[in-house]
Amino acid sequence: MSSVAIQAREIGKSFGEGDARTVALRSVSLEAYFGEMLYIVGPSGSGKTTMLSVLSGVLRPDTGTVSVEGTDIWSLSPDQLAELRLHKIGFVFQDFHLFPRLTTAENVAIPMILKKQPWDEAVSKAREYLEVVGLTKRADLPPVKLSGGEQQRVAIARAMAAQPDILVMDEPTASLDGDTGHAIVTFVKNQILHEKRCVIVVTHDSRIYDMATRILKMEDGHLTKVTNGEWS
Amino acid sequence: MKGILKLAYKLLVSDKAKFTALLVGITFAVFLMLQVTSTFIGMMKRASATVYNIAAPMWIMDPAVQSAASAIGMPDYVLDAARSIPGVSYAVPVYTGNTLAKLNDGTYQPVTIVGLDDTSLYGRPKLLEGKIEDLYGENAFVVVKDGDYPKLENPRVGTEFEVNDHRGVIVGIADVASGGLFGTPTLYTTYNRALQYLPNPRFTISYVLVQPKNAADIPKIKEQVKTMGYVALTKDEFVDRTSNFYMWQTGLGINITIMAVMAFIVGLSISGQTFYTFVLENLDKFAALKAMGANNRELVMMILSQAGFTALIGYGLGVGLCSFMITMAKMRLPSFASQMSFVNLGLGIFMVVVIAGVSSYFGVRRVLQIEPFQVFRG
Repeated sequence: MSSVAIQAREIGKSFGEGDARTVALRSVSLEAYFGEMLYIVGPSGSGKTTMLSVLSGVLRPDTGTVSVEGTDIWSLSPDQLAELRLHKIGFVFQDFHLFPRLTTAENVAIPMILKKQPWDEAVSKAREYLEVVGLTKRADLPPVKLSGGEQQRVAIARAMAAQPDILVMDEPTASLDGDTGHAIVTFVKNQILHEKRCVIVVTHDSRIYDMATRILKMEDGHLTKVTNGEWS
Repeated sequence: MKGILKLAYKLLVSDKAKFTALLVGITFAVFLMLQVTSTFIGMMKRASATVYNIAAPMWIMDPAVQSAASAIGMPDYVLDAARSIPGVSYAVPVYTGNTLAKLNDGTYQPVTIVGLDDTSLYGRPKLLEGKIEDLYGENAFVVVKDGDYPKLENPRVGTEFEVNDHRGVIVGIADVASGGLFGTPTLYTTYNRALQYLPNPRFTISYVLVQPKNAADIPKIKEQVKTMGYVALTKDEFVDRTSNFYMWQTGLGINITIMAVMAFIVGLSISGQTFYTFVLENLDKFAALKAMGANNRELVMMILSQAGFTALIGYGLGVGLCSFMITMAKMRLPSFASQMSFVNLGLGIFMVVVIAGVSSYFGVRRVLQIEPFQVFRG
């Protein structure tokens, strides 16, 4: 087995108080390894997106610890945590969250701009990432002019522009038709994933389960099932 | 940080509708504020036109004088006493008063008469036509070519008129630093001719103009004048006294203040709401940036730079629009009393900084509150 990218121990998280309190995660532990494409699946409300948020350092758990490459991320200051996210973790959001008034290339350049690269240099580099995802000709168009699949690829290119060790993808196929969704995940597995990178995908789209290295199933805030790729 | 600021700039200007609304709000507020304060400054300068035009360093007057236009006659001994004060280089009388001039077409026109010291003609205006010594000629007057000049039917050298059945003749056309506030043409003559032409009360000296030997003598002169029961003011003090009178004892100041505050509120309302809406609409983008690794300081800088940039552009447009309007108005109405100064330009900057600060404060608060995980919730 490869080295551990993320290790979560006894993660607990609830929202609200009193009668309105909802427990999203109940003492969940897991590990994600470099070189694997780990799926977290489960029905809506099972806590998988909350788990992804906690693992990627954007939501503080009530209990438990999360280590990213050996660093306990929830012991870091907010600025240190932001720095860690910037350098270690790439995000592909369910709704893409592309900036509609920037060009596609400028959208992809954002992580590099956050890393203090000069604007022109970042946009130029962004074109190379767009080439990887096959969107060179769309570089100067605003995202709204692109199809859903193309926007998803732009979001992936943007995540890759941060050169992250860990790529987290939240429902990457939710806005796409079956073929496009499968193509996107295949692309990620073949082009993005490698032995020094870990990809964590939250999804309930069973059509892409065949691309997973491992699948963790969540239900009602618990991890209920772990499989090695083949889902039954 | 430059990249972040450029990102902020692009997000701002690419939303053309919001950006335009922001600019309109700030431009309108700056324009309104500058317009009312410029009018006020212009009126105040004109209210002190006599002081600016005669430009004597010190003025002795009755303590009850509230403005340059409301002189109270002083007895001749005040002039003699002033001349005997140590530290006074010289002192001369000046007369200012208003009367009606009968023009060639038989109509009457109110005029302001300034009577200069016969010996020195101290405080004489710069002549555009004619020679100042011609003022010693029979019935001689010099007319000021300002916005009110056409009311005397654009007189030339040699034009005649009547004042209280006395014949007057124009011997020169002058230029002065400032036109008067009350829309009456100004005529210069000698002190004694002014007394001869205008009906006068018992005391005739409007002001005694004093040239101190040096600045250190001014307090001593003031002290000596005070012992006589009169008051001596420097030129700036007299201008301030006049301004204070109009500002606080005529209702002008409070009205101008109300209008400036209204301009501020209008600008703040439009710009504040629009900017806050702009931030709210981009909240998911800020959350995405936060999730991707932008820290709070960078997000705050983005918002402040957007607010600051809008404020500066709006300020520039407001100043430009106000200058344009004043220029256009002066082309149509030469006596239009409006003038921009560093004071109201500075006030304008202060106002837009406050508008930008308040507008961005609520946006910054909202952005700092947003949790990056919200971006996962779609």
